[in-house]
Amino acid sequence: MNTWSRFNIASVVLGFSFLYLPIVLLVVFSFNESKLVTVWAGFSTKWYVSLFHNQGLMDAAWVTIRVALISATAATALGTMAALALTRYTRFRGRLLFSGMVYAPLVMPEVITGLSLLLLFVAIGFDRGFVTVMLAHITFSMCFVTVVVQSRLLSFDRSVEEAALDLGATPVRTFLEVTLPIIAPAVLSGWMLALTLSLDDLVISSFTSGPGATTLPMKIYSQVRLGVTPEINAACTLLIGFVAIGVIIASVMTKRREVQRQRDEQAAFAGR
Amino acid sequence: MKSLGNIRRAFAPWTDPDAKPYITFRNVTKRFGDFTAVDDLTLNIYHREFFALLGASGCGKSTLLRMLAGFERPTSGEIILDGQDIAGIPPYKRPVNMMFQSYALFPHMSVESNIGFGLRQDGMPKNEIAERVAQMLKLVKLEKFAKRKPHQLSGGQRQRVALARSLAKRPKVLLLDEPLGALDKKLREETQFELMDLQQELGLTFVVVTHDQEEAMTMADRIAVMSHGKVIQVATPAEIYEAPNSRFVADFIGDVNILDGKVSASGNGKIELAVAEGFTIRTATGSTPATGSAAGFAIRPEKLKVTRAAPADASVNAAQGEIWDIGYLGDMTVFYVKLDSGKVVKASMLNAQREVEDPIAYDEKVWVSFGETAGVVLKD
Repeated sequence: MNTWSRFNIASVVLGFSFLYLPIVLLVVFSFNESKLVTVWAGFSTKWYVSLFHNQGLMDAAWVTIRVALISATAATALGTMAALALTRYTRFRGRLLFSGMVYAPLVMPEVITGLSLLLLFVAIGFDRGFVTVMLAHITFSMCFVTVVVQSRLLSFDRSVEEAALDLGATPVRTFLEVTLPIIAPAVLSGWMLALTLSLDDLVISSFTSGPGATTLPMKIYSQVRLGVTPEINAACTLLIGFVAIGVIIASVMTKRREVQRQRDEQAAFAGR
Repeated sequence: MKSLGNIRRAFAPWTDPDAKPYITFRNVTKRFGDFTAVDDLTLNIYHREFFALLGASGCGKSTLLRMLAGFERPTSGEIILDGQDIAGIPPYKRPVNMMFQSYALFPHMSVESNIGFGLRQDGMPKNEIAERVAQMLKLVKLEKFAKRKPHQLSGGQRQRVALARSLAKRPKVLLLDEPLGALDKKLREETQFELMDLQQELGLTFVVVTHDQEEAMTMADRIAVMSHGKVIQVATPAEIYEAPNSRFVADFIGDVNILDGKVSASGNGKIELAVAEGFTIRTATGSTPATGSAAGFAIRPEKLKVTRAAPADASVNAAQGEIWDIGYLGDMTVFYVKLDSGKVVKASMLNAQREVEDPIAYDEKVWVSFGETAGVVLKD
């Protein structure tokens, strides 16, 4: 069964081209000599150079990175706390309502989240800008962190925490020295998820941002309306590059740890 | 002097009326919602005692242990440790340590950091911690594994790390929750004796929770048999086995034949019991209910003798029956004898010889006999 039949090859090719053809096109045309996006005129890296001289794009990139880092960190802290409350205090009044409310933004249409945040900021007279974008990103990415961390906590052996308490660690030290290190991988992947969500958000940012707080996706979107330039292609290619490198490093690290762990366990049982 | 079982203990503070208990549960009740896990329980445990809480799952033994560790607060009643009521003290301030059933090792720490964890919480100087950790590693024979992580250890090694970790702080009391449950049979037997030696050597009080009666019988000075949140009997293993105070205990520990009947004569410490099987048992042991009341008679399979001929001594209790089934177990042979009444009793005989002349066969008519101190009368 495990052979390369024509059908198998065809489905792999079709599937992958469906997924990656648009991206490949974008990457290829970012190295185009011509200013016209659809006409190939030879290889060049000049758009990368001009990209770094485009102050507007560079500013937007800087805003995006700062928003993403701060909001991902804050969302991770809040989301982890919510996950702890939801898994640990299974009997408090209104738990069902609370857990439902935490998950709501997960399925809420972005337009509605964006609009309601906008209305809130207007109602309380909060000037829109960097801070409002950041708050909005924390709001919508927090629940994703909660989901990731909560699934880890469900399989967490509570007796490990009890052992720490039993050995004289106060609840706070137990959390910092035992719970947190054990759930750290889940917290980290929650943070990464929040970071990527924040990096590529367009809708909610558009609703909540103000002058001087244009994020990269907003900038790209507004420039594309005036026509696609190879500069945008170059910017997107760099973005893809960053994300791809991040994903590869993460998966290699996970894989390596898994292999190491298996080897250790085998050694323990074989060698004593 | 006669005593129960073939073991005599030098250590028996519970028989001394002046001895002060080290741990006291006084009228302790613990409820979870509508469920009563521990029901108005009173229990004394003495200093340096190896005490076992034995019972089926859900009998409240683990809850009792967790209350001693501080993970659960009693709904009512008091728990006194070394003269101090500890009911309100959080687990991290109690001078007791626990070894968990799952071992609960910290997966992100090496063996030595696991063992030193409790000492670091106390702010002990670094060199003293290192010294104590080395001492503990030596005690559990894991010196070579100090730098390993828990997942790099076998089950038996993890168990020893958990033990070392719970002993490192030199607690007043060590609590053990099913300490040998996850080990295979051979390792379990070895470890039982290691634990007993360790307890002797360190002079600590051990409270162990187990559902394995053999484990409890081997290790403990005294056993509390629990059921539905109550202690049914607290006694030495020999007393529990040879002189159970109730049907429940007789039935729970080991194999037993129980014959029901009515007391036909009682006096001078002797009882005559007319059992439903159609004969009268004369016995001098167990409780002494009044003449005419219903009672049960419990006798262990190995106390019954199976012979072809009727016993010569007429004072010996005997009943006739037929061999129903025979189980050969190697070290002993178990005879299931169907008495004339239809009741099947179990009798086991040690195979002290390799070769037996003319052994008893299936369907043979036999006599089952026992002396007057072989079984006990149970109150109903």
